Amino acid sequence: MKAKIIITPKKAVVDPQGITVKKALEHMGYTGVTGVHIGKYIEIDLTPGTDKVAAQKALNDAAHKLLSNPVIEDYKLEIE
Amino acid sequence: MNFAVLQFPASNCDQDAVHALQHFGHNAKLLWHKENSLGDVDGVIVPGGFSYGDYLRCGAIARFSPVMQAVKQFADNGGLVLGICNGFQVLTESHLLPGALIRNRDLQFHCENIFLKTATNDSPFTSQIPAGKILRVPIAHGEGCYFADEETLAKLKANNQILWQYCDATGNLTDTANPNGALLNIAGICNEKRNVAGLMPHPERACEPLLGSDDGKWIFESIFAALKNKTVAVAA
Repeated sequence: MKAKIIITPKKAVVDPQGITVKKALEHMGYTGVTGVHIGKYIEIDLTPGTDKVAAQKALNDAAHKLLSNPVIEDYKLEIE
Repeated sequence: MNFAVLQFPASNCDQDAVHALQHFGHNAKLLWHKENSLGDVDGVIVPGGFSYGDYLRCGAIARFSPVMQAVKQFADNGGLVLGICNGFQVLTESHLLPGALIRNRDLQFHCENIFLKTATNDSPFTSQIPAGKILRVPIAHGEGCYFADEETLAKLKANNQILWQYCDATGNLTDTANPNGALLNIAGICNEKRNVAGLMPHPERACEPLLGSDDGKWIFESIFAALKNKTVAVAA
């Protein structure tokens, strides 16, 4: 059982890495790129058979407190 | 006076902070991150460095260390806490200060002297800084760009919580004088109660002429004066 957490910078936060990569893509000739946002991907291995609802609750709590910083980041949580 | 200087794995300005405090004739002890109590101290310095390797986010892991729980309690009781560089990041992650510090806008690590304008003398961290004095102190960080949402910025302004801003040599808050892209050129702020402050520049590295500048002393002198007044007030 695995939890996947994708963390991205909030839209209002300047993302210099995203801007630089977007520019690089444009220099390379890729067209149609309107934005690049660079974040983090975290995989958490869970004990097989863990209750999904309880895991979701606990991981949302962890994502809010530690894994992401709500001041500057948004996150998406998936459990599979 | 007695100060605690916190020490996390990969703190690297802890000895500098101790040296600066002792240079001014005060007692400073290093306090390991696993300590649960601060002991009998008048003030706390959260020093610069790369606590816990800056893993996840700068200051994110340090926030949960035992010593930070004691610092939170100390701050809640009105104790003076100053976070320098990584210490500032730890204090924002701990929600002792609002906002966050993100990657410098040019993605570069900046190690240089900058100029600071003191936005208000109304704090225990700025009271002794001479009016109009532009401080020349070093910075050394890759993630010092101060960010906060509009609402938080408005609050910081309304409550006079912005303490220091990056400026040029004559005190103008220009974009070129801003080394990291910080909103409103913010280099340091305090909390609403004004007993917790954080700044990205390193005043502890600029306390003796031998080091190229002793402008950092004004920040320490302000802290000493505030603590002295407090002691007098308690005694009275």
